[in-house]
Amino acid sequence: MQQPALFEYVLRIADDSLILGQRLGEWCGHGPILEEDIAMTNIALDLIGQSISLYDFAAELEGTGKNHDQLAYLRYENEYKNILLVEQPNGDFAMTILRQFFFDAFRLPFYEALMKSPVAQLAAVAAKSVKETRYHLKHTSEWVIRMGDGTDESHQRAQDAIDHLWRYTNELFYENEVDQTLQAEGKVPALSAIRTQWLSTVTNVLSEATLQIPTNDWKFDGGREGRHSEHMGYILSDLQYMQRAYPNMEW
Amino acid sequence: MSTNEWPLWEVFIRSKQGLNHKHVGSLRAPDATLALENARDVYTRRSEGISIWVVESAHIHATDIDEADAFFEPSDTKIYRHPTFYEVPDGVKHM
Repeated sequence: MQQPALFEYVLRIADDSLILGQRLGEWCGHGPILEEDIAMTNIALDLIGQSISLYDFAAELEGTGKNHDQLAYLRYENEYKNILLVEQPNGDFAMTILRQFFFDAFRLPFYEALMKSPVAQLAAVAAKSVKETRYHLKHTSEWVIRMGDGTDESHQRAQDAIDHLWRYTNELFYENEVDQTLQAEGKVPALSAIRTQWLSTVTNVLSEATLQIPTNDWKFDGGREGRHSEHMGYILSDLQYMQRAYPNMEW
Repeated sequence: MSTNEWPLWEVFIRSKQGLNHKHVGSLRAPDATLALENARDVYTRRSEGISIWVVESAHIHATDIDEADAFFEPSDTKIYRHPTFYEVPDGVKHM
């Protein structure tokens, strides 16, 4: 493999998109209202579309002739590099929206920075995805504000979701030698600057929603190293079932 | 109808510059902002539009079906209102 760090980096973005897309897709046909059911599956399809372009690029870097399906469907759990946040269960609607909001608030400034990457394929995916992500963040922000500043029950559910998910948000900014290598080469943005933008968005929206940022700074990570929560195996068994049961099937 | 339901909104979409907004359907939403977002998600998934209007259905005033005869039938007998009595000169195209 020519550029192992870049391959790893592309997989991270792709896996975050794929697993969150798969999670959101579980709402299909079960949304709280028809309109929101479609909104969530639209976001899921945007994310899965982003992952396809990224897996194509990763496959090209790997150079073993695989295609995007083989990367998406035929790896073992410890080979997926998504963060733990995206694999957390949907829970109630508040949990799903807060998970998505924390992710979108990161993805927007991340893609905006990645658009400036000298790696043409990364810049192209970022440029296409940034518009999708801007809408996702708008939509989830609107919901966070309405739930937080809504009824007592919606406020409580939103606050519970924040309190539960907060421990997973630190991993959005996880960096290791992969990032250091690529940042030294000027190929990818430093996540510290993106963290500032993320915190600003989160603070503004939660404040408008009359919701509190938790003071507990207990943190989880491990996803970027392939160490996942107990939920990941179930997601993969759903996701991979067809390719495992009927190898090389297409439709 | 349950009073707990969100209000109904009518959705109008302009498919391209220069065309009118056209009624495409309705949906439920708690307020105008989310009505626009829901309309985007439900009615423009296949590039149907470049602009959306939403209006709460309660704000639309409609003609009464029982008055349809009085409203509309009189015009049925005014064929002279249609420009069908002119002889089109030779050589005029696209008429």
